[in-house]
Amino acid sequence: MSIWEYANPTKFMGWTAPVMRVAFWLAGLCLATGLIWGFFFTPDDFRQGSTVKIIYLHVPSALMAINAWMMMLVASLIWIVRRHHVSALAARAAAPVGMVMTLIALFTGGIWGQPMWGSYWEWDPRLTSFLILFLFYLGYIALWEAIEDPDTAADLTSVLCMVGSVFAILSRYAVNFWNQGLHQGASLSLDKEENVANVFWVPLLVCIAGFVLLFIALVLMRTRTEIRARRMRALQARAQRA
Amino acid sequence: MKALLLRDLRLAVRAGGGFGLGLAFFLIVVVLVPFGVGPDTALLGRIAPGILWVASLLAALLSLDRIFALDFEDGSLALLATSPLPMEGVALTKATAHWITTGLPLTIAAPVLGFLLNLAPQAYAYLLLSLLLGTPALSMIGTFGAGLTVGLRRGGLLLSLLVLPLYVPTLIFGAEAVRRGADGLDPTGALMLLGGITAGTFALLPFATAAVLRINLR
Repeated sequence: MSIWEYANPTKFMGWTAPVMRVAFWLAGLCLATGLIWGFFFTPDDFRQGSTVKIIYLHVPSALMAINAWMMMLVASLIWIVRRHHVSALAARAAAPVGMVMTLIALFTGGIWGQPMWGSYWEWDPRLTSFLILFLFYLGYIALWEAIEDPDTAADLTSVLCMVGSVFAILSRYAVNFWNQGLHQGASLSLDKEENVANVFWVPLLVCIAGFVLLFIALVLMRTRTEIRARRMRALQARAQRA
Repeated sequence: MKALLLRDLRLAVRAGGGFGLGLAFFLIVVVLVPFGVGPDTALLGRIAPGILWVASLLAALLSLDRIFALDFEDGSLALLATSPLPMEGVALTKATAHWITTGLPLTIAAPVLGFLLNLAPQAYAYLLLSLLLGTPALSMIGTFGAGLTVGLRRGGLLLSLLVLPLYVPTLIFGAEAVRRGADGLDPTGALMLLGGITAGTFALLPFATAAVLRINLR
Protein backbone atom coordinates (compact mmCIF):
# COMPACT_ATOMS: atom_id res chain seq x y z
CA MET A 1 0.00 0.00 0.00
CA SER A 2 1.68 3.18 -1.13
CA ILE A 3 0.44 6.74 -1.22
CA TRP A 4 0.27 6.62 -5.03
CA GLU A 5 -2.67 4.25 -4.93
CA TYR A 6 -4.86 7.18 -3.91
CA ALA A 7 -4.12 8.65 -7.34
CA ASN A 8 -6.04 5.88 -9.06
CA PRO A 9 -9.03 7.72 -10.58
CA THR A 10 -11.66 5.38 -9.12
CA LYS A 11 -10.10 5.51 -5.66
CA PHE A 12 -9.62 9.24 -6.03
CA MET A 13 -13.32 9.73 -6.75
CA GLY A 14 -14.08 7.59 -3.70
CA TRP A 15 -12.03 9.34 -1.06
CA THR A 16 -12.39 12.88 -2.35
CA ALA A 17 -16.19 12.95 -2.06
CA PRO A 18 -16.28 13.06 1.75
CA VAL A 19 -13.06 15.06 2.02
CA MET A 20 -14.44 17.69 -0.33
CA ARG A 21 -17.65 17.96 1.64
CA VAL A 22 -15.81 18.40 4.93
CA ALA A 23 -13.41 20.92 3.37
CA PHE A 24 -16.31 23.00 2.04
CA TRP A 25 -18.04 23.06 5.42
CA LEU A 26 -14.87 23.88 7.32
CA ALA A 27 -13.94 26.58 4.79
CA GLY A 28 -17.36 28.17 5.16
CA LEU A 29 -17.09 28.02 8.92
CA CYS A 30 -13.58 29.48 9.03
CA LEU A 31 -14.34 32.24 6.55
CA ALA A 32 -17.57 33.20 8.31
CA THR A 33 -15.88 33.23 11.72
CA GLY A 34 -12.74 34.98 10.53
CA LEU A 35 -14.44 37.63 8.42
CA ILE A 36 -17.18 38.48 10.96
CA TRP A 37 -14.63 38.52 13.76
CA GLY A 38 -12.24 40.60 11.69
CA PHE A 39 -14.79 43.08 10.37
CA PHE A 40 -16.88 43.69 13.49
CA PHE A 41 -14.94 42.65 16.57
CA THR A 42 -11.43 44.01 16.05
CA PRO A 43 -10.44 47.59 16.83
CA ASP A 44 -9.52 50.08 14.10
CA ASP A 45 -5.85 50.60 13.44
CA PHE A 46 -4.67 53.87 14.97
CA ARG A 47 -3.17 55.11 11.71
CA GLN A 48 -5.10 53.30 8.99
CA GLY A 49 -8.55 53.45 10.59
CA SER A 50 -11.03 50.82 9.48
CA THR A 51 -9.38 50.33 6.05
CA VAL A 52 -7.01 47.89 7.73
CA LYS A 53 -9.81 45.34 7.77
CA ILE A 54 -9.39 44.52 4.10
CA ILE A 55 -6.30 42.61 5.25
CA TYR A 56 -8.60 39.65 5.98
CA LEU A 57 -9.22 39.22 2.27
CA HIS A 58 -6.02 40.63 0.83
CA VAL A 59 -3.38 38.60 2.64
CA PRO A 60 -5.03 35.14 2.39
CA SER A 61 -5.85 35.54 -1.30
CA ALA A 62 -2.32 36.74 -2.08
CA LEU A 63 -0.88 33.77 -0.18
CA MET A 64 -3.11 31.35 -2.06
CA ALA A 65 -2.30 32.96 -5.41
CA ILE A 66 1.33 31.95 -4.96
CA ASN A 67 0.57 28.62 -3.29
CA ALA A 68 -1.76 27.63 -6.11
CA TRP A 69 1.08 28.06 -8.60
CA MET A 70 3.36 26.04 -6.32
CA MET A 71 0.74 23.29 -6.20
CA MET A 72 0.50 23.33 -10.00
CA LEU A 73 4.28 23.05 -10.20
CA VAL A 74 4.33 20.02 -7.89
CA ALA A 75 1.43 18.41 -9.74
CA SER A 76 3.18 19.01 -13.07
CA LEU A 77 6.36 17.42 -11.77
CA ILE A 78 4.41 14.39 -10.57
CA TRP A 79 2.77 14.10 -13.99
CA ILE A 80 6.12 14.33 -15.80
CA VAL A 81 7.82 11.82 -13.51
CA ARG A 82 5.08 9.33 -12.65
CA ARG A 83 2.42 9.91 -15.35
CA HIS A 84 -0.56 10.01 -12.98
CA HIS A 85 -3.42 11.47 -14.99
CA VAL A 86 -5.17 12.78 -11.89
CA SER A 87 -2.11 14.88 -11.14
CA ALA A 88 -2.21 16.62 -14.52
CA LEU A 89 -5.95 17.20 -14.13
CA ALA A 90 -5.44 18.65 -10.65
CA ALA A 91 -2.89 21.11 -12.06
CA ARG A 92 -5.39 22.09 -14.72
CA ALA A 93 -8.14 22.43 -12.11
CA ALA A 94 -6.04 24.64 -9.83
CA ALA A 95 -5.10 27.22 -12.49
CA PRO A 96 -8.41 29.16 -12.72
CA VAL A 97 -8.74 29.10 -8.91
CA GLY A 98 -5.25 30.54 -8.57
CA MET A 99 -5.98 33.14 -11.21
CA VAL A 100 -9.08 34.31 -9.35
CA MET A 101 -7.06 34.47 -6.10
CA THR A 102 -4.52 36.67 -7.91
CA LEU A 103 -7.32 38.93 -9.13
CA ILE A 104 -8.83 39.18 -5.63
CA ALA A 105 -5.42 40.12 -4.22
CA LEU A 106 -4.91 42.75 -6.93
CA PHE A 107 -8.38 44.26 -6.51
CA THR A 108 -8.40 44.34 -2.72
CA GLY A 109 -4.88 45.75 -2.87
CA GLY A 110 -6.11 48.55 -5.13
CA ILE A 111 -9.05 49.31 -2.85
CA TRP A 112 -6.71 49.35 0.13
CA GLY A 113 -4.05 51.35 -1.68
CA GLN A 114 -6.33 54.20 -2.71
CA PRO A 115 -6.85 55.68 0.79
CA MET A 116 -3.36 54.69 2.01
CA TRP A 117 -1.07 55.61 -0.88
CA GLY A 118 -3.46 57.90 -2.74
CA SER A 119 -3.67 55.73 -5.86
CA TYR A 120 -5.24 52.46 -6.90
CA TRP A 121 -2.16 51.32 -8.73
CA GLU A 122 1.55 51.88 -8.28
CA TRP A 123 4.31 50.22 -10.25
CA ASP A 124 5.60 48.72 -7.06
CA PRO A 125 7.62 45.48 -7.23
CA ARG A 126 5.08 43.38 -5.35
CA LEU A 127 2.13 44.69 -7.31
CA THR A 128 3.95 44.32 -10.61
CA SER A 129 5.06 40.78 -9.92
CA PHE A 130 1.47 39.85 -9.10
CA LEU A 131 0.35 41.29 -12.38
CA ILE A 132 3.00 39.19 -14.12
CA LEU A 133 1.85 36.12 -12.18
CA PHE A 134 -1.66 36.83 -13.48
CA LEU A 135 -0.31 36.84 -17.05
CA PHE A 136 1.40 33.50 -16.41
CA TYR A 137 -1.90 32.03 -15.25
CA LEU A 138 -3.60 33.36 -18.38
CA GLY A 139 -0.98 31.82 -20.67
CA TYR A 140 -1.11 28.48 -18.85
CA ILE A 141 -4.90 28.25 -19.05
CA ALA A 142 -4.89 29.35 -22.70
CA LEU A 143 -2.40 26.63 -23.60
CA TRP A 144 -4.57 23.97 -21.90
CA GLU A 145 -7.59 25.18 -23.84
CA ALA A 146 -5.77 25.32 -27.18
CA ILE A 147 -4.49 21.73 -27.41
CA GLU A 148 -6.92 18.99 -28.22
CA ASP A 149 -5.05 15.82 -27.33
CA PRO A 150 -5.23 15.62 -23.50
CA ASP A 151 -1.86 13.90 -22.98
CA THR A 152 0.01 16.33 -25.23
CA ALA A 153 -1.71 19.21 -23.47
CA ALA A 154 -0.72 17.84 -20.07
CA ASP A 155 2.91 17.41 -21.16
CA LEU A 156 3.26 20.82 -22.75
CA THR A 157 1.56 22.71 -19.93
CA SER A 158 3.76 20.90 -17.41
CA VAL A 159 6.89 22.07 -19.20
CA LEU A 160 5.44 25.57 -19.45
CA CYS A 161 4.65 25.53 -15.74
CA MET A 162 8.24 24.60 -14.88
CA VAL A 163 9.86 27.13 -17.20
CA GLY A 164 7.28 29.72 -16.14
CA SER A 165 8.11 29.18 -12.46
CA VAL A 166 11.76 29.98 -13.07
CA PHE A 167 10.86 33.12 -14.99
CA ALA A 168 8.23 34.16 -12.43
CA ILE A 169 10.85 34.04 -9.67
CA LEU A 170 13.31 35.85 -11.91
CA SER A 171 10.74 38.57 -12.62
CA ARG A 172 9.96 38.87 -8.93
CA TYR A 173 13.54 39.88 -8.22
CA ALA A 174 14.06 41.78 -11.47
CA VAL A 175 11.28 44.24 -10.63
CA ASN A 176 13.00 44.92 -7.30
CA PHE A 177 15.95 46.14 -9.30
CA TRP A 178 13.74 48.40 -11.35
CA ASN A 179 11.70 50.21 -8.74
CA GLN A 180 11.70 50.59 -5.00
CA GLY A 181 8.42 49.71 -3.40
CA LEU A 182 5.67 51.30 -1.38
CA HIS A 183 4.30 47.97 -0.26
CA GLN A 184 5.39 46.92 3.19
CA GLY A 185 7.61 43.90 3.68
CA ALA A 186 6.47 40.57 5.04
CA SER A 187 4.67 41.05 8.34
CA LEU A 188 3.59 37.47 8.98
CA SER A 189 6.90 35.60 9.13
CA LEU A 190 7.02 32.79 11.64
CA ASP A 191 10.60 33.50 12.65
CA LYS A 192 10.17 37.13 13.62
CA GLU A 193 9.54 38.49 17.10
CA GLU A 194 7.30 41.31 16.01
CA ASN A 195 4.36 40.52 13.76
CA VAL A 196 0.96 42.04 13.34
CA ALA A 197 -0.61 42.63 16.76
CA ASN A 198 -2.44 39.66 18.20
CA VAL A 199 -5.90 41.24 17.92
CA PHE A 200 -5.53 41.21 14.12
CA TRP A 201 -3.31 38.14 13.92
CA VAL A 202 -5.74 35.53 15.25
CA PRO A 203 -8.73 36.33 13.00
CA LEU A 204 -6.29 36.64 10.10
CA LEU A 205 -5.02 33.12 10.76
CA VAL A 206 -8.61 31.87 10.78
CA CYS A 207 -9.18 33.58 7.41
CA ILE A 208 -6.02 32.08 5.96
CA ALA A 209 -7.13 28.62 7.10
CA GLY A 210 -10.50 29.31 5.48
CA PHE A 211 -8.88 30.26 2.17
CA VAL A 212 -6.63 27.18 2.21
CA LEU A 213 -9.62 24.92 2.85
CA LEU A 214 -11.67 26.68 0.19
CA PHE A 215 -8.82 26.22 -2.29
CA ILE A 216 -8.55 22.50 -1.47
CA ALA A 217 -12.30 22.03 -1.81
CA LEU A 218 -12.49 23.92 -5.11
CA VAL A 219 -9.53 22.07 -6.61
CA LEU A 220 -10.97 18.70 -5.57
CA MET A 221 -14.32 19.63 -7.04
CA ARG A 222 -12.83 20.80 -10.32
CA THR A 223 -10.57 17.75 -10.54
CA ARG A 224 -13.60 15.50 -10.05
CA THR A 225 -15.39 17.39 -12.81
CA GLU A 226 -12.39 16.91 -15.12
CA ILE A 227 -12.30 13.18 -14.37
CA ARG A 228 -16.01 12.87 -15.09
CA ALA A 229 -15.63 14.86 -18.30
CA ARG A 230 -12.84 12.57 -19.42
CA ARG A 231 -14.87 9.47 -18.59
CA MET A 232 -17.74 10.88 -20.60
CA ARG A 233 -15.47 11.44 -23.59
CA ALA A 234 -14.22 7.88 -23.30
CA LEU A 235 -17.79 6.56 -23.21
CA GLN A 236 -18.76 8.64 -26.23
CA ALA A 237 -15.74 7.41 -28.16
CA ARG A 238 -16.66 3.81 -27.30
CA ALA A 239 -20.28 4.38 -28.34
CA GLN A 240 -19.16 5.78 -31.68
CA ARG A 241 -16.96 2.79 -32.37
CA ALA A 242 -19.69 0.30 -31.53
CA MET B 1 24.56 21.97 -37.05
CA LYS B 2 26.44 24.28 -39.37
CA ALA B 3 24.54 22.97 -42.38
CA LEU B 4 21.22 23.55 -40.61
CA LEU B 5 22.26 27.04 -39.60
CA LEU B 6 23.29 27.91 -43.16
CA ARG B 7 20.07 26.43 -44.53
CA ASP B 8 17.95 28.49 -42.16
CA LEU B 9 19.87 31.65 -42.95
CA ARG B 10 19.54 31.09 -46.70
CA LEU B 11 15.83 30.44 -46.34
CA ALA B 12 15.37 33.59 -44.31
CA VAL B 13 17.27 35.76 -46.76
CA ARG B 14 16.12 34.31 -50.07
CA ALA B 15 12.60 33.06 -49.43
CA GLY B 16 11.36 36.54 -48.62
CA GLY B 17 9.50 37.92 -45.65
CA GLY B 18 11.20 37.21 -42.36
CA PHE B 19 14.49 38.99 -42.77
CA GLY B 20 13.47 42.54 -43.68
CA LEU B 21 10.05 42.39 -42.10
CA GLY B 22 11.24 42.49 -38.49
CA LEU B 23 13.46 45.49 -39.21
CA ALA B 24 10.68 47.36 -41.01
CA PHE B 25 8.33 46.65 -38.12
CA PHE B 26 10.93 47.96 -35.66
CA LEU B 27 11.27 51.16 -37.70
CA ILE B 28 7.52 51.69 -37.89
CA VAL B 29 6.89 51.18 -34.18
CA VAL B 30 9.65 53.65 -33.31
CA VAL B 31 8.31 56.18 -35.83
CA LEU B 32 4.75 55.79 -34.52
CA VAL B 33 5.61 56.55 -30.90
CA PRO B 34 6.30 60.29 -31.42
CA PHE B 35 2.93 60.57 -33.18
CA GLY B 36 1.36 59.08 -30.07
CA VAL B 37 3.15 61.03 -27.33
CA GLY B 38 3.86 64.29 -29.16
CA PRO B 39 7.06 65.80 -30.59
CA ASP B 40 8.51 66.94 -27.25
CA THR B 41 12.20 66.00 -27.67
CA ALA B 42 13.00 66.08 -23.93
CA LEU B 43 10.19 63.61 -23.19
CA LEU B 44 11.16 61.42 -26.15
CA GLY B 45 14.78 61.36 -25.01
CA ARG B 46 13.69 60.20 -21.58
CA ILE B 47 11.49 57.36 -22.82
CA ALA B 48 13.75 56.40 -25.74
CA PRO B 49 15.54 53.47 -23.97
CA GLY B 50 12.23 51.85 -23.07
CA ILE B 51 10.70 52.38 -26.50
CA LEU B 52 13.72 51.00 -28.34
CA TRP B 53 13.73 47.92 -26.12
CA VAL B 54 9.99 47.28 -26.31
CA ALA B 55 10.03 47.81 -30.08
CA SER B 56 12.91 45.37 -30.62
CA LEU B 57 11.13 42.86 -28.40
CA LEU B 58 7.97 43.12 -30.49
CA ALA B 59 9.97 42.89 -33.70
CA ALA B 60 11.63 39.72 -32.44
CA LEU B 61 8.21 38.34 -31.51
CA LEU B 62 6.89 38.93 -35.01
CA SER B 63 9.02 36.27 -36.68
CA LEU B 64 8.90 33.65 -33.92
CA ASP B 65 6.15 31.45 -35.34
CA ARG B 66 8.22 30.96 -38.51
CA ILE B 67 10.98 29.21 -36.58
CA PHE B 68 9.37 25.78 -36.53
CA ALA B 69 5.98 26.15 -38.27
CA LEU B 70 7.15 25.69 -41.86
CA ASP B 71 9.51 22.85 -40.98
CA PHE B 72 6.71 21.19 -39.03
CA GLU B 73 4.28 21.44 -41.93
CA ASP B 74 6.52 20.06 -44.66
CA GLY B 75 7.91 17.34 -42.41
CA SER B 76 11.52 18.45 -42.25
CA LEU B 77 11.24 18.78 -38.49
CA ALA B 78 10.46 15.08 -38.26
CA LEU B 79 13.50 14.42 -40.45
CA LEU B 80 15.63 16.57 -38.17
CA ALA B 81 14.34 14.59 -35.20
CA THR B 82 15.62 11.36 -36.75
CA SER B 83 18.95 12.87 -37.82
CA PRO B 84 22.08 12.28 -35.73
CA LEU B 85 21.91 15.86 -34.49
CA PRO B 86 20.16 15.81 -31.06
CA MET B 87 16.98 17.83 -30.69
CA GLU B 88 18.75 20.13 -28.24
CA GLY B 89 21.22 20.99 -30.99
CA VAL B 90 18.36 21.69 -33.39
CA ALA B 91 16.78 24.06 -30.86
CA LEU B 92 20.06 25.85 -30.27
CA THR B 93 20.73 26.19 -34.00
CA LYS B 94 17.24 27.48 -34.70
CA ALA B 95 17.57 30.08 -31.95
CA THR B 96 20.94 31.17 -33.31
CA ALA B 97 19.58 31.47 -36.83
CA HIS B 98 16.65 33.51 -35.52
CA TRP B 99 19.03 35.79 -33.68
CA ILE B 100 21.25 36.33 -36.72
CA THR B 101 18.24 37.20 -38.89
CA THR B 102 16.39 39.42 -36.39
CA GLY B 103 18.35 40.22 -33.22
CA LEU B 104 21.58 41.21 -34.93
CA PRO B 105 20.01 43.54 -37.55
CA LEU B 106 17.89 45.11 -34.81
CA THR B 107 20.98 45.73 -32.71
CA ILE B 108 22.76 47.39 -35.61
CA ALA B 109 19.73 49.48 -36.59
CA ALA B 110 18.82 50.60 -33.07
CA PRO B 111 21.40 53.42 -32.75
CA VAL B 112 20.14 54.99 -35.98
CA LEU B 113 16.62 55.01 -34.57
CA GLY B 114 18.04 56.41 -31.34
CA PHE B 115 18.67 59.64 -33.26
CA LEU B 116 15.00 59.83 -34.16
CA LEU B 117 14.06 59.58 -30.49
CA ASN B 118 16.70 62.04 -29.29
CA LEU B 119 18.51 59.47 -27.15
CA ALA B 120 21.23 60.95 -24.90
CA PRO B 121 24.63 60.74 -26.70
CA GLN B 122 26.39 58.85 -23.91
CA ALA B 123 23.76 56.08 -24.03
CA TYR B 124 24.50 54.80 -27.58
CA ALA B 125 27.29 52.48 -26.53
CA TYR B 126 25.10 50.97 -23.81
CA LEU B 127 22.15 50.64 -26.17
CA LEU B 128 24.30 48.68 -28.58
CA LEU B 129 25.86 46.58 -25.83
CA SER B 130 22.59 45.83 -24.03
CA LEU B 131 20.85 44.78 -27.25
CA LEU B 132 23.84 42.66 -28.23
CA LEU B 133 23.69 40.93 -24.84
CA GLY B 134 19.92 40.76 -24.53
CA THR B 135 18.51 39.88 -27.96
CA PRO B 136 19.97 36.33 -27.96
CA ALA B 137 17.87 35.65 -24.85
CA LEU B 138 14.79 36.95 -26.69
CA SER B 139 15.48 34.52 -29.55
CA MET B 140 16.08 31.56 -27.25
CA ILE B 141 12.96 32.17 -25.13
CA GLY B 142 10.99 32.71 -28.32
CA THR B 143 12.27 29.44 -29.77
CA PHE B 144 10.93 27.68 -26.68
CA GLY B 145 7.55 29.38 -27.17
CA ALA B 146 7.55 28.46 -30.86
CA GLY B 147 8.29 24.83 -30.00
CA LEU B 148 5.46 24.85 -27.48
CA THR B 149 2.85 26.05 -29.98
CA VAL B 150 4.15 24.39 -33.17
CA GLY B 151 1.37 21.79 -33.31
CA LEU B 152 -1.42 24.35 -33.08
CA ARG B 153 -3.22 25.67 -36.11
CA ARG B 154 -3.71 29.20 -34.78
CA GLY B 155 -0.74 29.35 -32.46
CA GLY B 156 0.41 32.88 -33.30
CA LEU B 157 -1.68 34.79 -30.78
CA LEU B 158 -1.19 32.18 -28.09
CA LEU B 159 2.55 32.29 -28.75
CA SER B 160 2.70 36.00 -27.89
CA LEU B 161 0.61 35.47 -24.77
CA LEU B 162 3.01 32.75 -23.61
CA VAL B 163 6.28 34.42 -24.59
CA LEU B 164 5.74 38.05 -23.57
CA PRO B 165 5.57 37.40 -19.79
CA LEU B 166 8.79 35.41 -20.14
CA TYR B 167 10.43 38.47 -21.71
CA VAL B 168 9.88 40.62 -18.62
CA PRO B 169 13.27 40.13 -16.88
CA THR B 170 15.22 40.64 -20.11
CA LEU B 171 13.29 43.81 -20.87
CA ILE B 172 13.76 45.20 -17.37
CA PHE B 173 17.51 44.71 -17.28
CA GLY B 174 18.03 45.77 -20.90
CA ALA B 175 16.08 49.02 -20.70
CA GLU B 176 17.49 49.74 -17.24
CA ALA B 177 21.07 49.45 -18.54
CA VAL B 178 20.38 51.99 -21.31
CA ARG B 179 18.53 54.32 -18.93
CA ARG B 180 21.38 54.26 -16.47
CA GLY B 181 23.81 54.92 -19.29
CA ALA B 182 21.69 57.88 -20.43
CA ASP B 183 21.56 59.31 -16.91
CA GLY B 184 25.31 58.95 -16.49
CA LEU B 185 25.01 56.24 -13.84
CA ASP B 186 26.95 53.00 -13.77
CA PRO B 187 25.07 50.37 -15.84
CA THR B 188 27.49 47.49 -15.17
CA GLY B 189 25.14 45.70 -12.78
CA ALA B 190 22.22 45.67 -15.20
CA LEU B 191 24.46 44.60 -18.09
CA MET B 192 25.93 41.74 -16.08
CA LEU B 193 22.48 40.51 -15.05
CA LEU B 194 21.36 40.76 -18.68
CA GLY B 195 24.34 38.67 -19.78
CA GLY B 196 23.49 36.23 -17.00
CA ILE B 197 19.95 35.81 -18.30
CA THR B 198 21.22 35.19 -21.83
CA ALA B 199 23.78 32.66 -20.65
CA GLY B 200 21.17 30.95 -18.46
CA THR B 201 18.57 30.69 -21.21
CA PHE B 202 21.10 29.31 -23.69
CA ALA B 203 22.26 26.75 -21.14
CA LEU B 204 18.84 25.49 -20.05
CA LEU B 205 16.11 26.31 -22.56
CA PRO B 206 17.44 24.09 -25.41
CA PHE B 207 16.56 21.11 -23.20
CA ALA B 208 13.04 22.39 -22.53
CA THR B 209 12.61 23.23 -26.22
CA ALA B 210 13.79 19.78 -27.27
CA ALA B 211 11.37 18.22 -24.79
CA VAL B 212 8.35 20.11 -26.12
CA LEU B 213 9.36 19.41 -29.73
CA ARG B 214 9.52 15.69 -29.01
CA ILE B 215 6.09 15.87 -27.40
CA ASN B 216 4.68 17.75 -30.37
CA LEU B 217 6.17 15.29 -32.85
CA ARG B 218 4.80 12.27 -31.01
